[in-house]
Amino acid sequence: MLKLENVSKTYKTGDKALQGIRFEVPAGQVVGLIGPSGAGKSSLIRCINRLVEPTAGSILLGDTDLTRLNGRSLRQARRRIGMIFQEYALVERLTVMENVLSGRLGYVPAWRSFLRRYSPEDIGQAFALLEKVGLADHYNKRADALSGGQRQRVGIARALEQNPELLLVDEPTASLDPKTSRQIMRLIRGACQERSLPAIINIHDVMLAQQFSDRIIGLRNGEVVFDGAPDELTNEVLTRIYGDEDWTQLRGQESSEESTDGSSDAPSVDLAEGV
Amino acid sequence: MTTSSSPVWQYRTRKQTLLRWLGWFWLVALTVFCWQLMNENTIWAFVSDAPAQAADIGSRMFPPAWSYVGELWQPLWDTINIATLGTLLGIMIAVPVAFLAASNTTPSVRFVRPLALLIIVASRSINALIWALLLVAIIGPGLLAGIIAIGLRSIGFVAKLLYEAIEEIDVTQVEAVRATGASGAQVIDYAIVPQILPAFWGISVFRWDINIRESTILGLVGAGGLGIQLNASLATLAWNQVATIFLLILGTVVVSEWVSARVRQAVL
Repeated sequence: MLKLENVSKTYKTGDKALQGIRFEVPAGQVVGLIGPSGAGKSSLIRCINRLVEPTAGSILLGDTDLTRLNGRSLRQARRRIGMIFQEYALVERLTVMENVLSGRLGYVPAWRSFLRRYSPEDIGQAFALLEKVGLADHYNKRADALSGGQRQRVGIARALEQNPELLLVDEPTASLDPKTSRQIMRLIRGACQERSLPAIINIHDVMLAQQFSDRIIGLRNGEVVFDGAPDELTNEVLTRIYGDEDWTQLRGQESSEESTDGSSDAPSVDLAEGV
Repeated sequence: MTTSSSPVWQYRTRKQTLLRWLGWFWLVALTVFCWQLMNENTIWAFVSDAPAQAADIGSRMFPPAWSYVGELWQPLWDTINIATLGTLLGIMIAVPVAFLAASNTTPSVRFVRPLALLIIVASRSINALIWALLLVAIIGPGLLAGIIAIGLRSIGFVAKLLYEAIEEIDVTQVEAVRATGASGAQVIDYAIVPQILPAFWGISVFRWDINIRESTILGLVGAGGLGIQLNASLATLAWNQVATIFLLILGTVVVSEWVSARVRQAVL
């Protein structure tokens, strides 16, 4: 379980990225974090695993207050939190297998990871995860030889290789086509359900967020302006989050897109089922 | 249609234009001044018979003393060894210096980074020949002086290019590895090294290629290699031997250039 209490972040420039954020995420819940660009979604996710230092507040993962950790204890906490990135953030010149195994870095001494001597369990798990994301044959390819969708699958496998207690997902579909985006979201959601993992997913696409999350949190100017079920996202709420726009018309277009997309979902189900 | 109402766009402001004209004027004035200075310090009698002198030396060089090549293999081998071992020495010191100098990996921007940059500048500012001159005086003539001279000169070159490569890496890859709970050493191993490896090989082989050329002349000051033979041949006015040495150096440099091009192709 993840619990945020009064989390604030003010950058050195004086920009107040986050102000008094508080919410809880129970095990297995997938939270879609939406909001306009610059609302603080990325800062919020990065405050949780301390890639960005929160200025105030506390973040509890289980019993650990993540904001109080330093050095070794921070690294040990980070390995409990898997992260999936926008634009994948794979190490491009390493192989797919090395990228997945890098999920174990927090558990393995430096000399072992340097010699790439991981335990048989770690390697077995990596193969199993690659199988599940549908990349079993690609383990020896270099990451930069893969397509966008394939790279993001490696990103998912890397995060799951950590055996995380929490998944942070930053714009996972930002540079993917609509169909691949849905496959990736389905994969993430499936993994969360199977492992009853809580997840926070930053996402720009409101329809995707509604379709794949249990709960939506809307952020605007660093503050939570909406927190509720996906079907409570009315036009009025969207206006509160993003500002004025002709939401009805946008929805109309997207829902017709949805219905055509539904039929093409069938061939990709095998990938989702495994996870 | 009146021209006065249409908006005016100028590439440079009046002030910029003026400054540029001043800059050009200054450059022309400097050139004229330097030309005058050069004329004053030149003995034109020597310059006037330059073509004759060149032709004379050229005729003495031809044909090259092919039989002299037999005496050159050992110094050539020494030269290649000086270049290779010197490059290795330089790289071994340059790599840690580069990590200390790169603003994204240095432990302290205030204290350690300036020190690392100072090492780089000091090494770069002194030519290998001068290093060799100093070292021959300190540790005596021979290969070792040459190797250390080449090594010292290489530190700055390799470290500078390498730290620039480190500063240009993609930070999201670093962030991703850090997010897994990796330690500092693991982040370097998994996120930074893979990104700079092509640059590292390119720089190292390029420096080795340069060092082959530089080590051919180190013998002039007694630091071993082909330069000793060159010096001796020049001193005895044996121009046909000098020509042989030149051709040998040319051949070696062509080969080293080919090797370095192949390696750079292979790592990219």
